[in-house]
Amino acid sequence: MRVGVLALQGDFREHALMLGGVGIEVALVRQSDDLSGIDGLIVPGGESTTIGKLAERFGLLEPLRAAIADGMPTLGTCAGMIFLAGSTTESRPQIQLGVLDVVVRRNAFGRQVSSFEADLEVAGLSGGPTHAVFIRAPWIDKLGAGVEVLAEVEGHPVMVRERNVVATSFHPELTGDGRIHTLVFSTVGEA
Amino acid sequence: MEQGTDRVKRGLAEMLKGGVIMDVTTADQAKIAEEAGAVSVMALERVPADIRRDGGVARMADPSRVEEIMAAVSIPVMAKVRIGHFVEAQVLQSLGVDYIDESEVLTPADEAYHIDKWKFTVPFVCGARDLGEALRRIGEGAAMIRTKGEAGTGNVVEAVRHMRTLKDGIRRLQYLDDEQLMSAAKDLGAPYGLVCEVAETGVLPVVNFAAGGIATPADAALMMQLGCDGVFVGSGIFKSEDPAPRARAIVEATTYHSDPQILAKVSRGLGEPMVGIEMERLSDEDRLARRGW
Repeated sequence: MRVGVLALQGDFREHALMLGGVGIEVALVRQSDDLSGIDGLIVPGGESTTIGKLAERFGLLEPLRAAIADGMPTLGTCAGMIFLAGSTTESRPQIQLGVLDVVVRRNAFGRQVSSFEADLEVAGLSGGPTHAVFIRAPWIDKLGAGVEVLAEVEGHPVMVRERNVVATSFHPELTGDGRIHTLVFSTVGEA
Repeated sequence: MEQGTDRVKRGLAEMLKGGVIMDVTTADQAKIAEEAGAVSVMALERVPADIRRDGGVARMADPSRVEEIMAAVSIPVMAKVRIGHFVEAQVLQSLGVDYIDESEVLTPADEAYHIDKWKFTVPFVCGARDLGEALRRIGEGAAMIRTKGEAGTGNVVEAVRHMRTLKDGIRRLQYLDDEQLMSAAKDLGAPYGLVCEVAETGVLPVVNFAAGGIATPADAALMMQLGCDGVFVGSGIFKSEDPAPRARAIVEATTYHSDPQILAKVSRGLGEPMVGIEMERLSDEDRLARRGW
């Protein structure tokens, strides 16, 4: 399996390293041509408004929507969750893919001084809780019918799955625990 | 649940990588920056070019100015404090800014010591001209480094010099035997533990952006190709003829820094960049990069 990491902005290198660590081949995606020949996709952490604008300006929105709608296993972390989602609670709309049927609240835990790390139980993850880093992190305010919650903090969904798409509020790429990457690109791929 | 940890502080800088952080002085400028695709804005009273022109003591911005900018955008907001002025930092932390820049662009408040940044929950970014300076700042708790360049000049030459000097410093450490590292630490004026870490990994333990003199999309791409993680653009945007398209082009050039065709496309028709200053015309006192110890 070869997984593409959207490399417009953010911590795409950390995702690439994480994939390499669990034995998955990596391709960086900056233009629509880069989507050919990949079997999975990661939208990394970063600034969701920046990633959205660059994806729009360089003609990536429709190719990404098509690939994900076609069943490509996809993981979005933090900004990636926001970019995959249908909408946010913000008054001003931002560019999103709308491939995950949720409403996201950006910076839901607060600004940077409220960023935190904690151990987190994730449904379906064997080997105990994962250590999760939340940075100006979002949570999910509203869930569509087909969306399953895999982890919560204080009753707020911070990891969800809908068909082939998994999104986390936190950054598995920053903590050296490759289990979430393995989970997404094995079980989602078989579904 | 732990807040203000190293991982959380350094982690925000990780999320800014590959992006452009823009100096802004008003809520309207902040919106232009966000619209252009900036990953963060630096809230300031005056951009460096104006600080240079006006002279006098440059200080932390008025808290109400910072709050207006925080309210205007959804992206992270940074703000500057004077070197060593830990009370300005306490004030900014209480406002909830996302990053503090302990900056040589403002007039230093302490001529011997920088802020003890470990005491704060909010992360700090600090300027550096070489590896020793970068590691001293990280030793004091900085969670992000930016090469200093020479702010407010629109001239990228010092940014290039500092980036190359930093890289040379790292490469030199990698050649050394273990028993040479203590003397290297002494020569660099840097903490031994960090010197050993860099000798081992070949990279700084925190994210490193370029700053000081970036005025065009090609300047931003040059710094990215030289190996920085992202760029700060100070006066280069809002001192140019037409800020919005230039801001957007610099964002695009930072992402597609290795694609000359895209760089050529985004560099077209941007109007006049800010007027630059040649380094020979700056007296020693006017060189902001020399501030910091």
